[in-house]
Amino acid sequence: MTTSITALALRKTFGRTRALDGLDLEVEAGEVHGFLGPNGSGKSTTIRVLLGLLRADGGTVRLLGGDPWRDAVPLHRRLAYVPGDVTLWPNLSGGEVIDLYARLRGPLDPARRAELLDRFQLDPAKKGRTYSKGNRQKVALVAAFASDAELLILDEPTSGLDPLMEEVFQSCVREARDRGRTVLLSSHILSEVETLCDRVSIIRDGRTVETGTLASLRHLARTALTAELTDPARLPEGLDRLPGVHDVHTDGHLVRLAAEPEGLDAVLRALTAAGVRSLTATPPTLEELFLRHYQQEPAGSAERPAATEGAAR
Amino acid sequence: MSAAALPATARPAGGGRPFAGTGALYRLALRRDRVLIPLWVLGIGGLLAAGPPGLAALYSTAAERAQAAAGMSGNSSLRALYGPVLDDSLGALVVWRYGVVAAVLTAVMSLLLVVRHTRDEEESGRQEMVSSAMVGRRAPLTAALLTAVTANLAVALVATAALGGEGLRGALAHGLALGATGLLFAAAAATAAQLTESARLARGLGAALLGAAFVLRAAGDAARDDGSSPLTWLSPLGWAQNIRPFAGERWWVLALFAAATLALAALAHTLAARRDLGASFLAARPGAPEGRLGTPGALAWRLQRGTLLGWTLAFAPAAVLFGSLADGAGALLEDDDSTREILIRLGGEQAITDAFLAAMTGVLGILAALYAVAAVLRLHTEETAHRAEPLLAHPVGRLRWAAGHLLIAFAGPAVLLTAAALGLALGHGRDLPALLLGCLAQLPAVWTLAAVAFTLYAFLPRAAPAGWAIATLCLLIGWVGPVLDLPAVVMDLSPFTHVPKLPGADPNWAPVAALVVVAAAVLAAGLARLRRRDLLT
Repeated sequence: MTTSITALALRKTFGRTRALDGLDLEVEAGEVHGFLGPNGSGKSTTIRVLLGLLRADGGTVRLLGGDPWRDAVPLHRRLAYVPGDVTLWPNLSGGEVIDLYARLRGPLDPARRAELLDRFQLDPAKKGRTYSKGNRQKVALVAAFASDAELLILDEPTSGLDPLMEEVFQSCVREARDRGRTVLLSSHILSEVETLCDRVSIIRDGRTVETGTLASLRHLARTALTAELTDPARLPEGLDRLPGVHDVHTDGHLVRLAAEPEGLDAVLRALTAAGVRSLTATPPTLEELFLRHYQQEPAGSAERPAATEGAAR
Repeated sequence: MSAAALPATARPAGGGRPFAGTGALYRLALRRDRVLIPLWVLGIGGLLAAGPPGLAALYSTAAERAQAAAGMSGNSSLRALYGPVLDDSLGALVVWRYGVVAAVLTAVMSLLLVVRHTRDEEESGRQEMVSSAMVGRRAPLTAALLTAVTANLAVALVATAALGGEGLRGALAHGLALGATGLLFAAAAATAAQLTESARLARGLGAALLGAAFVLRAAGDAARDDGSSPLTWLSPLGWAQNIRPFAGERWWVLALFAAATLALAALAHTLAARRDLGASFLAARPGAPEGRLGTPGALAWRLQRGTLLGWTLAFAPAAVLFGSLADGAGALLEDDDSTREILIRLGGEQAITDAFLAAMTGVLGILAALYAVAAVLRLHTEETAHRAEPLLAHPVGRLRWAAGHLLIAFAGPAVLLTAAALGLALGHGRDLPALLLGCLAQLPAVWTLAAVAFTLYAFLPRAAPAGWAIATLCLLIGWVGPVLDLPAVVMDLSPFTHVPKLPGADPNWAPVAALVVVAAAVLAAGLARLRRRDLLT
């Protein structure tokens, strides 16, 4: 089996709100898959469908070779889940919750539990109501990593963690991958995604707008160019009409523009025609990559379908 | 010394304007309770408004009323339950029969309101965000108390209107007695909310206080027939009686309420000013670093066992009290036709002592149903607090998760009613087998209400709290229906109408079996739905 999660054209509506609108997601076995999108884009809804807590209105979904709605209980034995906002029982200690969760799935490994408590510096004797947000998050993380499940579904798992704990979290994810586990990681922390994820899927308004390895996504994005020209007058007319060239600004000898990969060749020819004295080319940062998708017009505007198609090609 | 000499503007900012934001928080509380408060007020008002026509139908002439009043006043058992009969006017009789119930309901409303807007807010973490705004340190508590003042004013007004036809002076005295009782318990709850870290525990403390007030008053009234016992005067419920509505009103007792309420409110404010947000005076113990819980059922038991223990500890002494009143009640009612009539409608046609015991068994049965609804609604709490979600992401089926709580909701009432039977038998001094049978015969009705509450939750999770309304409706049908002589169609709505009135009656088990079948069918429908629906997100 090569894929852990396959979702095709998932749809889910709540009353008049369309939460998922034809979402596709494919997570291969053994990879760390980043799951990104602005707030309210449908990430948590997707995860709840994958967990069999919600039933999709349309589309197909397979998880570890089963149907997450019908086979929820046997599938859950093989996965661990960390929600983005962990709520604990106010009168149960963190240790009691960790042990409960561990026992529900199978036998508990006390050595692994002790090791994780130590690494996350979590006091298991405190009652649920006295934990801070970050510590509540740690309770769920310790429970999930102690389980050694073959699939980890993490929904913004590090919200509230300090940078030191973030580091511990990242090493736990890497160890899980090294043991051949699969991880679906929903996150807004781009550095976390960049260091951990093999592939990412970006969703917006309940649809997948981009999916692939980070390198391939970068390849699709625009490169920012700044050139100092010896003779700006020889610059050909209509530079900004070249396919794949955007945001052309000229300021004396300086030209600034953004070029998509297919436009790079033409634009460089045009620039050298005017004599290039210096040239800087900045590849897109991950942040720019995401922001470009996050900032697009909301669903329903006239130009959106075209823009989405362009981004997906 | 030097601090006192500083001009007001130089004081540290933290101490400045401690009441800032009170108005906004008060409006927020009223907005959140725009349904809850009117429901309580109308419920209490309705209970009282039903009193005059019901009692007028029973005692149509002044002579009948006088005879009934004399008889009931002379009976220590009835005095312990309802308080002394202070006059034989219709107004005084209504206050006698429903005054204590209305006062207890008003106190419960006030307790719940104040804890809901103080400790609940802190425990949930919402208060933190609110207090970071332009909100003074004393504002949240003050706003909660103002909300209680508003609700109690409404109760006083509606209660006065309900009995206004019997004389405005007496009606006003009774309305004020109810409002003052409510406010006193609001202030007590405000203090309890400072002491504990958990809202549940604060409510428990308030309820224990109310229970103690009831027992003190019952003991005092059993001893004397004019409310003058020192024990009665130790209880705020006794003070409310001693305002003597429709029986030579004693307005000065209101000053007693005012003094106690102000003292408690001041204590709550002092405690609140001395503690950190979210902290408490009764320190919470650390938990176990390792847990033994390993199944959803064990978790449900762990979450619910404290509540079941509390209810059992309340049930047993109440049953002992009721049991010890049975013989006395029987002796009185031999020669009071009209009250016997009520008891027979409540408890069935049989020896009068048995009728009394059967009526009390019915009361305990309905209370056990309230417990069952509370236990069922834990599922709703777990789901809306998002604690069910991670649990169900484990290899735990929905039915297995629900089963743990349902088992407690269905077996818990059996525990309560067994404790009730033991208490009744202990107080009565005999008849344990018959009382046990009578108490356990209530179970099918309890289960039916629990099943209805569960199925409502399964189909309409957002409307689940309406399970309380259904149980309360059955409670009112059971308590007020026999007095008002409601039509059989209405009476039949409550499952408790269909259980045999034991001990005494020749039991007809067919309707009991039917209730078991209905409860099972309703439960099955709910379980089927729970498996299929989306979890609340």
